[in-house]
Amino acid sequence: MRKLLHILRRESAGSAPYWEDFLYESQDEAATVATALQSIGAENRVDSGSGAFRPVAWESSCLQRRCGACAMVINSHPAMACDTRLRDLAGERVTLEPLGKFPVVEDLIVDRTVMMENLKRLSVWLSEKADPGAEDMAFEASRCLQCGLCLEVCPNFAPGLGFGGMAAMNPIARLIANSPQQMRKSLAKNYMRGVYSGCGKSLACRDICPAEIDMEKLLARSNAAAVWGRWKAAVGSRDQGHID
Amino acid sequence: MDASDVKINIIGAGLAGLSAAKTLAQSGVHVRLISYQHSERAQSNLAEGGINAVMNVMGENDRIEYHFQDTGKGGCFLADPEMVRGLTQAAPGIVSELADLGVPFHREKGRLIQRNFGGQKLKRTAYARSSTGKVLVSAMIDAVRRYEAEGFVERFAHHTFERLLFENGRLAGARIYDRFRKEEFDCRGPVIMACGGMNGMFEGATTGTLANTGQAAAVLFSQGVRFGNLEFLQYHPTTVEISGKRLLISEAARGEGGRLFCMKNGARCYFMEEKYGERGNLMPRDVISREMALLNEQAYLDLTVLDRATWEKKLSDLREEVIHYLGIDPAAEPVPVSPGIHYFMGGILVDRDHRTNIPWLYAAGECACAYHGANRLGGNSLLGAIYGGKRAAESLAAAIHEVGSGEIPADGTVSVAAAARAAETGDENVVHARMVRALLKGMEPLRTEERMREALEEVISLKAPDQPETMKASLLLAEAILRCGLERKETRGAHTRLDYPKTDENWRKTTVAQMTDGRIGITYEKIAPYPAP
Ligand SMILES: Cc1cc2nc3c(=O)[nH]c(=O)nc-3n(C[C@H](O)[C@H](O)[C@H](O)COP(=O)(O)OP(=O)(O)OC[C@H]3O[C@@H](n4cnc5c(N)ncnc54)[C@H](O)[C@@H]3O)c2cc1C
Ligand code: SF4
Repeated sequence: MRKLLHILRRESAGSAPYWEDFLYESQDEAATVATALQSIGAENRVDSGSGAFRPVAWESSCLQRRCGACAMVINSHPAMACDTRLRDLAGERVTLEPLGKFPVVEDLIVDRTVMMENLKRLSVWLSEKADPGAEDMAFEASRCLQCGLCLEVCPNFAPGLGFGGMAAMNPIARLIANSPQQMRKSLAKNYMRGVYSGCGKSLACRDICPAEIDMEKLLARSNAAAVWGRWKAAVGSRDQGHID
Repeated sequence: MDASDVKINIIGAGLAGLSAAKTLAQSGVHVRLISYQHSERAQSNLAEGGINAVMNVMGENDRIEYHFQDTGKGGCFLADPEMVRGLTQAAPGIVSELADLGVPFHREKGRLIQRNFGGQKLKRTAYARSSTGKVLVSAMIDAVRRYEAEGFVERFAHHTFERLLFENGRLAGARIYDRFRKEEFDCRGPVIMACGGMNGMFEGATTGTLANTGQAAAVLFSQGVRFGNLEFLQYHPTTVEISGKRLLISEAARGEGGRLFCMKNGARCYFMEEKYGERGNLMPRDVISREMALLNEQAYLDLTVLDRATWEKKLSDLREEVIHYLGIDPAAEPVPVSPGIHYFMGGILVDRDHRTNIPWLYAAGECACAYHGANRLGGNSLLGAIYGGKRAAESLAAAIHEVGSGEIPADGTVSVAAAARAAETGDENVVHARMVRALLKGMEPLRTEERMREALEEVISLKAPDQPETMKASLLLAEAILRCGLERKETRGAHTRLDYPKTDENWRKTTVAQMTDGRIGITYEKIAPYPAP
């Protein structure tokens, strides 16, 4: 397999962007964009006339779709590098760009701190003991990787607007599923503020999520509880008790 | 000094770091939570099968005593019995606390359900399908977020630990590198290391994350921190090579009924069941990996026997992952598997209070050598990380009044003039790759004097005076790992020697590796006896 990685590069946040091409050749049929990024170096540069070599900066961690680190824009499509097999990409040229909704740090690395800040601002934690009951919902919501791909495609998300998108909906839905009676009012308020009021229901997020979280269902249940006050219908009756 | 004037530096924000941060913040101590990446990216998220605790919900009359015995025996009696006692006693409380944080453990009709795991006869592993680590971390992140908002925990989530700082021969803090701003600064005060396993020393050949480069461990070793049991690395029996790493197929698959076999004369041979009886597939990992390495045949994991409900309710995520990465539906056909590096029992040596040999330096989680002896039981690592982080924090909190007394600074960050950071050169990548190859050869599942010696010579030959300090440190750690392997002339747990196939009671001692006067010293420490069962 032979691919030309066409990478949008930037030395630092403030410096001018430029494109650089790398040739990647491999026998590994399962090679992903991440595998290619791991292996390319100075010797892969197509036009080495462009000055001293600087390794391509990108984030990765687990290489198996479980950590959300390697989110980027691949052939104009936001995706995880470890989840994109090279053989599935048409043509020889593969364009790699950093996510566009977040400040660029270097090359393909962006600063997604705003996502964590949103959750802090929306008080996403349990201030009382969980009241378990809707484990299926809590499980699904717990799976969010905070990768930011849903925000990248969301027509309503921009850092600083206060709308946290599905990356905020999921952690809040985890609390809704576990919500003790005393927390429900504040939870509903934060849900309205950080999720419901900003969501235009484009559901662009649904198909992009690498964790394949059932967003529509979680939204419907969270809305039922936090917006319409139908807690019991959304998260079930509370007859479970604590583990002791 | 008053706790409010003190700041503790925690390096690593996986479960051990989160647990330490939460515990300290709860007792009113301020924390810097410093990690290479944010908690969502830590290896703890990858944990699949579950966490052990005697909840006694399965009607099997489980007892904490049995968990203690299983852990001790599984580790071939190489962990301190008092520490194992503490771990197993605390486990039920930890699982209850996690449930109170909203962890969606598997329940049926509201009742907690536990599953079978290797090396334990009773169902003692609490779980959430095959994503237990992820749901635990999500809950722990929320719990810590509360203290972030309250100002007790300050996050530094794109920051690398560079090295320990010493002043007048005493620990003064840690030097930290901000990867985003490309700046270095010093964080003064006590340090808790929670930086995970040293995967990068075996890059590409482990089931864990690439981001745990092992760099922190290497630097600490070069700075004189004592390491324990470096020869004990766990090969997990059921892993498969995928692009760039090894994919784990959780022990939960066997806990739910999966069977291992190989083909002999055209027929299936269930080699573990043949040799060890009906519980053969759930023998501890060291035993199964050894048998598989000795087989000389491709082994397969047969999960076609699991029923639909088990797939749907307990292992749906595992099935999806195997289909996605291997193109094999495990519900329909057996999966070829082989042992792969999965866990480091060895690491920074800590005492019962999680103190290291350096005053005010603590360690917890997979980077520490504490609870798992010669072989870790599945489900005990999540527990060990959470409990260890908590213990380290508690012992620090108990000594908080001494912080700032002149022995150790209480707080403060100091920025450091920008030092030119040499970009990695192609040469270093080549040296690193050769080091990894040598380690993989020397520390393979079945070891011999000859192979370890060859590997050691290779590592030593890679040393060069003009190398960057980090490279030197990695090579030193590599050398120490191999020397520890060479020195232990017996077979115990994950350390299988073809030339010393027997377990020798005289070797029931902790291997201690430490740099002294520029040389690697290896000594041994006694371990207290285990009470008779
Ligand atoms: C695929 C897989 C499945 C597993 N399944 C189970 C299971 O079912 N049950 C079980 O008990 N155990 C399981 N384990 C083991 C378990 O997940 C880990 O041992 C445990 O989570 C380790 O937690 P930790 O907090 O010590 O380290 P980690 O979660 O690895 O966290 C390390 C932290 O340190 C940071 N860090 C690393 N180096 C540096 C540095 N130089 N500077 C700054 N920060 C740094 C990282 O960014 C991270 O935040 C599994 C492991 C794997 C790989
Ligand atoms: S909802 Fe999906 S796409 Fe959005 S941050 Fe979470 S895992 Fe990523």
